[in-house]
Amino acid sequence: MELITNLLAGLWESSGFTLLTWQNGVMIGVSFVFLFLAIAKKFEPLLLVPIAFGILLANLPGSGIMDDLTLSQAFGGDPATAVAGSHWYDSGVLRILYAGVKSSIFPCLIFLGVGAMTDFGPLLSNPISLLLGAAAQLGIYVAFIIAIILGFTPQEAAAISIIGGADGPTAIWLTGKLASHLLAPIALAAYSYMALIPLIQPPIMKLLTTKKEREVKMTQLRKVSKTEKIVFPVVVLVLIALILPSVVPLLGMLMLGNLFRECGVVDRLSDTAQNAMNNIVVILLGVTVGATANGESFLKPQTLGIVALGLTAFIFSTVGGVLLGKVLYVVTKGKINPLIGAAGVSAVPMAARVAQNEGRKYNPTNFLLMHAMGPNVAGVIGSAVAAGFLLLMFQN
Amino acid sequence: MFTIDFNAFLNALPYMGKGMLGIFVVTALIVLVVNALNNIPEKKNKKNKD
Repeated sequence: MELITNLLAGLWESSGFTLLTWQNGVMIGVSFVFLFLAIAKKFEPLLLVPIAFGILLANLPGSGIMDDLTLSQAFGGDPATAVAGSHWYDSGVLRILYAGVKSSIFPCLIFLGVGAMTDFGPLLSNPISLLLGAAAQLGIYVAFIIAIILGFTPQEAAAISIIGGADGPTAIWLTGKLASHLLAPIALAAYSYMALIPLIQPPIMKLLTTKKEREVKMTQLRKVSKTEKIVFPVVVLVLIALILPSVVPLLGMLMLGNLFRECGVVDRLSDTAQNAMNNIVVILLGVTVGATANGESFLKPQTLGIVALGLTAFIFSTVGGVLLGKVLYVVTKGKINPLIGAAGVSAVPMAARVAQNEGRKYNPTNFLLMHAMGPNVAGVIGSAVAAGFLLLMFQN
Repeated sequence: MFTIDFNAFLNALPYMGKGMLGIFVVTALIVLVVNALNNIPEKKNKKNKD
């Protein structure tokens, strides 16, 4: 009997139950909520399922899946977990994969895939939509000011505020350069809010627009020639690179992917960038970003402040886009539906789909998707440009 | 936890102005490029020529 009792006691003591902290419990709960939203409510499951599972994996006690055992803390882990004599391959498997996030390899590869999936046609046929993509960066600077007021350093405030660009790869890239110690909460907040766009944006869009504005049916876009589509990524890249050389890693990959798509002579590369490669990187990025949310290091007042500031940035970016949409509604004498301004936050194509769905609620014959894709892809360029300016102003 | 610094707020305002202005200037340049691209004549289809 005593043998069995000792055996059970030993089993209990070595189990994860004794190592489980309340912080781990909270984060496991958060992962369950995210999995529910992704699977049952279909909130951007391609992003939210890997992120949620990464959160779950990182908070299962004793697994060591995110431990960085190298003394040099090569993969950005907690120095407390370092073990003398350990090699890089002794670290947790997700921690090793996380090097792709820290080095900005994953964000740049994601941009290659996004470029290959992006049709700049709606933007080329309606250049005014570029302005909506610019206005929807307002949240970045509103959050920056609030973060400064709250006592964050300018570098930290810039990194936090880029969450308002609604562009995960750009947020990771900029944070890695300005405030790498905040990479985990910023990356998680950026991707989580991108996935939660269908929850965040509609109330703001409804609040800022009238029923008449939401019902506006936009006219069909002009046909864009193949030459325009091929020349656009090359010329715009050169133009922006000359103004803001620091954003070339991101915009260069975006435009390369787009050239693959549009030039018509490298269909295999375009297909790989859009599908196989992009899917692999999304899995690796999503799981590793989720796995940075270990309860003990994540649930701190500073993290919660960053999450709150990220939401503020997101809200004000939506506000900026919709308000300029209202201005354009007046200027064009009712030809532009202000709802498409909300798509100026760059989350492609989620934000455009939200504009489409909201437009259809008020006018079932309305089809705003292609019109909203203009500001949406302009937002990708806009957030990268915003990141470039922040880097220009605050890089030491 | 968090300290509120209003002097920092006043110092940060110019950055907001510069940042938003910069984004709109770059955007305006891209709009000009797009308008220029609109004027590129499309190569005519051979079938149409015939």
